[in-house]
Amino acid sequence: MLEIRGLTKRFGGLTAVNNVTAHFEAGRINAIIGPNGAGKTTFFNLIAGTHAPSSGQIIVKGEDVTGMRADQIARLGVARTFQATNLFDQASVLDNLIVGHRLRTRSGLWDVIMHTPLLKREEKLCREKAEAALEFVGLNHVAHRLAGDITQEERKRVAFALALATEPDLLLLDEPAGGVNPEETVGLADLIRKLVDHGKTVCLIEHKMDMIMSLADKIIVLNYGEKIAEGTPAEIRSNPLVIDAYLGAEHAEA
Amino acid sequence: MKLLQGKTGWALLIALALVFPYMVSNTYFLSVMTQSYIFAIAALGLNLITGYTGQFNLAHGGFMAIGAYAVGLLTTDYQWGFWTSFVAAGAICGVVGYLVGALSLRMTGHVFSIFTLCVGYIIYLLIEKWEDVTHGAVGVMGIPAPTGFGGLEFESAKGQYYLVLVFLILGAYIMHRIVHSLLGRSFVAVRNSEALAEALGIPLARTKRLAFVLSVIYAGLAGGLYAGVVRFLGPDLAATHHTFELVMFMLVGGIGTILGPILGSILVPWLTQSLQFLQDYRMVVFGPVLILLLIFVPNGIVGTILHRRARRAAALREQAQAANAPAAASSTPTGARHA
Repeated sequence: MLEIRGLTKRFGGLTAVNNVTAHFEAGRINAIIGPNGAGKTTFFNLIAGTHAPSSGQIIVKGEDVTGMRADQIARLGVARTFQATNLFDQASVLDNLIVGHRLRTRSGLWDVIMHTPLLKREEKLCREKAEAALEFVGLNHVAHRLAGDITQEERKRVAFALALATEPDLLLLDEPAGGVNPEETVGLADLIRKLVDHGKTVCLIEHKMDMIMSLADKIIVLNYGEKIAEGTPAEIRSNPLVIDAYLGAEHAEA
Repeated sequence: MKLLQGKTGWALLIALALVFPYMVSNTYFLSVMTQSYIFAIAALGLNLITGYTGQFNLAHGGFMAIGAYAVGLLTTDYQWGFWTSFVAAGAICGVVGYLVGALSLRMTGHVFSIFTLCVGYIIYLLIEKWEDVTHGAVGVMGIPAPTGFGGLEFESAKGQYYLVLVFLILGAYIMHRIVHSLLGRSFVAVRNSEALAEALGIPLARTKRLAFVLSVIYAGLAGGLYAGVVRFLGPDLAATHHTFELVMFMLVGGIGTILGPILGSILVPWLTQSLQFLQDYRMVVFGPVLILLLIFVPNGIVGTILHRRARRAAALREQAQAANAPAAASSTPTGARHA
């Protein structure tokens, strides 16, 4: 699904991601962990096309996407969520989601001014996709609430729904459970499992180790921009390098 | 307030605008209103790039001047007909807007605003200094009124009033279509977060450029009408303070709404006019009134009303939904249950 070869990103004198090679299989949950400033979000920004890599290759579904713009990569089926989601707070949740499927439509200015059948059809389609995505993340009941009035956990779910509305194969989730309570974290982990059950591939950055250890099929550990370990949760937990750099002693025992 | 909602509200406003010439005895009021409508068309355009797409363009007055000068110069120096010149004004603004947009939209936030402020000033300088073409400080005189057709004339104050009103209604209607479509949603997505919009597959550069070009075409056509109604042009039209007037109209009325910029363009000049009796002191009153508005009605008049209404509508729809599906709604959503 996703193949990373020798990926490097330098910002001036700082090497944020250094020669990372990794392979992410389809239909799996892959986690990227590491201390703050290890280059995790930069790694996502490179895959999603927000930044162009300094060197290395990114291959999505067999296609080399290195150097493509973010919107082009999104159209190829890579969706992402951010640590904080900027919604239009004065519109309803559903209204916020409709634009999510825009990338799969093609009506332009002429269709808009003339109100052509194509536009009407595509607007209906986008609304349906938004409703389906909302249903999938379990937020039907807040569809008509203003986006500014929903809780942090609901915001996280709306971010998932927005990503889903683009009909992706690969989802990059940046701290999907950041800032929500433990009970809600369990719910979000279930939702991530449900994504995979529905044929999606997931890549996530997270600091909540309990969640990661029970959820991930594979973990990649970054430290100072370099990959220091890769493996199953059990392997990562007992890796002395990882314990030293990030986990600390208590997680190693668990 | 109920009456002012949706189609009924618009129909009422249009009816009011239609009978307005018969309610005032003085043609002065009529021409003030006509000019307000012209600036309203320009403000509608500014609102598309700034209110809906989030790019604070400060060259807008300059583009209005380009449109006005296009009509002024083509009709007087080159003997083009008014309507051909008018279409050319829109086209010229579109082309110049594309070039300026392609360059300036590479910048974001304040840098974009400062850059466009400079572009606006360059437009002013070009008009003032390029005397061979623009007549410089002398200005353009003797611009013909819009040519009449089908038994209509646009020489009289009344004729011009209705002509401009038709363009304003048309402009507002097209703007309504644009912002409430998938295209408009793309613009709003860019305003909310460029990073998120891009991640959703919206091509940033192309989307912003389209909004910019459309917005300056509105400015250009408003300028064209200005030339045909005022019939005299000076470089002052391109001065920066005109841009800031448009910004003020948009903010007072309600940024990111259709009715807001229109209402602002009518109310603000009316307010300054009615303070005229204070002479030199009028700005002492007007300034604080503006500041109070921005503090207590930050979304503008229309924006504040719409926001309240949206909140109420959301509550009503939620109630309706809960009533339809009591079982689903009563199960309190803890994270685990609905995953």
